[in-house]
Amino acid sequence: MKKKLTFAAALLAASVIGGMANAKQLVYCSEAAPAGFDPSPWSGGNDFDASSRTIYSRLVEFEHGKTTISPGLAESWTVSDDGLEYTFKLRPGVKFQTTDYFTPTRDLNADDVIFSFERQWKKENPWYSYLEGTGWEYFTGMGFPDLLKEIVKVDDLTVKFVLNKPEVAFLPDLGMDFASIVSKEYADQLDKAGTRQQFTQKPIGTGPFQFVDYQVDAVVRYAAWDGYYGGRQKIDDLIFAITTDPAVRAQKLKAGECDIMSYPAPADIAGLQADTNLKVDEQEGLNIGYLAYNTTMPPFDKVEVRKALNMAVNKKAIIDAVYQGAGQPATNPIPPTMWSYNKDIKDDPYDPEAAKKTLADAGVKDLSMKIWAMPVSRPYNPNAQRVAEMIQADYAAVGVKAEIVSYEWTEYRERGKQKDRDGAFQLGWTGDNGDPDNFLFLLGCDAIGQSNYAIWCNKEFEDLLKKGKATTDVAERTKIYEEAQVVFKREAPWLTIAHSKVFMPMNKRVSGFVMDPLGIHRFDGVDVTE
Amino acid sequence: MLRYLLHKLALIVPTVFGISLAAFAFVRLLPGDPILALAGERGVSPERYAQLLEQFGYNRPYVIQYLEYIGRVLTGDFGISIATKRPVLGEFQALFPATLELATIALIIAVLLGIPAGIFAAIKRGSWFDQATMGVALTGYSMPIFWWGLLLIIFFSGYLGWTPVSGRIGLQYFFKPTTGFMLIDSLISGKSGAFRSAASHLVLPAIVLATIPLAVIARQTRSAMLEVLGEDYVRTARAKGLAPRRVIGLHAFRNALIPVVTTIGLQVGTLMAGAILTETIFSWPGIGKWMIDAIGKRDYVVVQSGLLIIALIVMAVNLIVDVLYAVINPRIRVQ
Repeated sequence: MKKKLTFAAALLAASVIGGMANAKQLVYCSEAAPAGFDPSPWSGGNDFDASSRTIYSRLVEFEHGKTTISPGLAESWTVSDDGLEYTFKLRPGVKFQTTDYFTPTRDLNADDVIFSFERQWKKENPWYSYLEGTGWEYFTGMGFPDLLKEIVKVDDLTVKFVLNKPEVAFLPDLGMDFASIVSKEYADQLDKAGTRQQFTQKPIGTGPFQFVDYQVDAVVRYAAWDGYYGGRQKIDDLIFAITTDPAVRAQKLKAGECDIMSYPAPADIAGLQADTNLKVDEQEGLNIGYLAYNTTMPPFDKVEVRKALNMAVNKKAIIDAVYQGAGQPATNPIPPTMWSYNKDIKDDPYDPEAAKKTLADAGVKDLSMKIWAMPVSRPYNPNAQRVAEMIQADYAAVGVKAEIVSYEWTEYRERGKQKDRDGAFQLGWTGDNGDPDNFLFLLGCDAIGQSNYAIWCNKEFEDLLKKGKATTDVAERTKIYEEAQVVFKREAPWLTIAHSKVFMPMNKRVSGFVMDPLGIHRFDGVDVTE
Repeated sequence: MLRYLLHKLALIVPTVFGISLAAFAFVRLLPGDPILALAGERGVSPERYAQLLEQFGYNRPYVIQYLEYIGRVLTGDFGISIATKRPVLGEFQALFPATLELATIALIIAVLLGIPAGIFAAIKRGSWFDQATMGVALTGYSMPIFWWGLLLIIFFSGYLGWTPVSGRIGLQYFFKPTTGFMLIDSLISGKSGAFRSAASHLVLPAIVLATIPLAVIARQTRSAMLEVLGEDYVRTARAKGLAPRRVIGLHAFRNALIPVVTTIGLQVGTLMAGAILTETIFSWPGIGKWMIDAIGKRDYVVVQSGLLIIALIVMAVNLIVDVLYAVINPRIRVQ
């Protein structure tokens, strides 16, 4: 078997290098160069697209185009009654990729699963610090160091995760990129050779494509992995053509230099839609753009002032001007496509007169404040400066004088966290795993100083959040989160601005591409007609 | 001549230290934080932040950080990129050939077009050709590179379909780089059409990058020629009945060349600066794009070491120009 796979890999490499004339090729114009091909140390969407979603697989996978999970490398699992033990039965016969730099001698087993997590978790693991300054930020950010008690190998194909506390989002968390399963055998081989760095430069996984070559900052090449447990892909070669400028990506797509592109600029979408060779898929983004008041600073500590300011803003005008229609006004802190979205909640109406009156009733006169504008464009807010200007004009109409401030991106977020921050702060969020808690945690008391820019700690909301995390029944959790959204709307720590649409322009010869609500770009199942 | 060379080399040493200090300070003066940039939008806990600060050594006094950095550089260790975890020198070596190839072609275009344009503009001073050339040069000099590049892409690649939009070679050509210079590697590869593809990918970025140096060289050549053409010895040469071509080519141009060569040398710095934007627009995987990405990520190690390496190269080129200058004008050596 080993010889057969080695031969297959050699044949594959030869065909790719030789530029086999009739190979089916898909060229994806990606937005940035990957930092590396180990899926766990980095946190950028472009890093994940180039590594975890192409080369690797996980125990569980998000269903294509959905946020629900399905079996991946684990064909089944059981959860103990107390929610503290998750036992996974691994799929037998899963092959790691065979390349010119690694030939596996065994199939995937529990050792690989344990290694994949322990290298991010245990400081004594030699692979914990194989890259200088690696913080395993996603693993840490998702709370895994506190959540995991132990990972036990029951047998070669059975692995048990023991948790310190129940975590209802544990399964979706395992579908995230940082939880990709890597090869322990490959790691051991590199250890022996003293070339650990190669782990992120020449990756080995069990995913649909295998790594072929990376020309720094220019092109990443993959080939379909014949031994993929989900079946061989219809395309032979997958190429990422790194093109940082969105206008240039659009030109490349129009010129036929790529088949599909990420993140078009809003201004280019109409032109791409008008091109008869192209189609532009669109989807509601799993995101929210918001303006967070500092609820600890007067007069924003008063609910009625926050409500009045919410009523002063014409969200529809913002959607039309900034999102160019590609979005919808946001009512709740979670997007409408997410389960537990409370559609009975009515948004604060746009009513400048009522806003003026409410402010006067609250004893607020000649209010001066700051509006913070992000210095970067994000899918949930393509132009925060313009949004700030429009809100500034709306505020002026109700007698509130606003000054717009902005800082360098990392400094912006750090200053925004300060408890005495002056004014209302624009930011947003794109979901990681399709769980409502992944949005609502932004407003938790524990998140103050980190992701809670409203510096809002409401006991009623917090209790619901904790209850939701400890409840396994989805119907019951839905009710809990619906109630949490009622509390949120009543207390108004944010002006919920918009949920944007996400666009994916592609050549008409591309078929089978499914847009992912989590913003992932997956190419398994994609085909091209010649 | 040797003394002249040693004198120039001696001047480089303090300059290198000055630049290393400036690069070290510049990146730290930028607002932002490499650890927060690395952590991304999810952020990092204060405890983890402190750990990483310690790990990278950024909590130590700046003087210590600088001395450690310089100590490593003197042993040839330019550090590991914070963002990609790859050695800076390795990344530079992988990317520099692309920039050098682009800059060389751009400089050739600028010199081959700029010098004749400047000479003819000087000879035909005040004519429509002179005014048009200088008008175009002024426009070229003032052209925002980003806009100019995009305009050329839309017209030549999008509308006419004559040139590729971006990249270094068609994606159907895949071979391991031998020299890093795509024109040479495509020839070595022996693949039919590869060289043509590499050359066509160079056209637009080279034009964009050449625009400003071309304008500067043309203006400088014109001005130097005008000055020389008014000299007594040129008048004497004409009075002696020498052919105009000989007067201009031999007597005037040779003397006018001195400031022009200096200007061409100085354009190396302009080309490096221009490469930053040109490479970004054309997805050209060179050191300009690399530096922009590193600044965006506040990758201290790449920015400070990258700037230092680029400065060393610019200084080496300027040294060569100084030597050439001395060869052209023996008076310089005497001084």
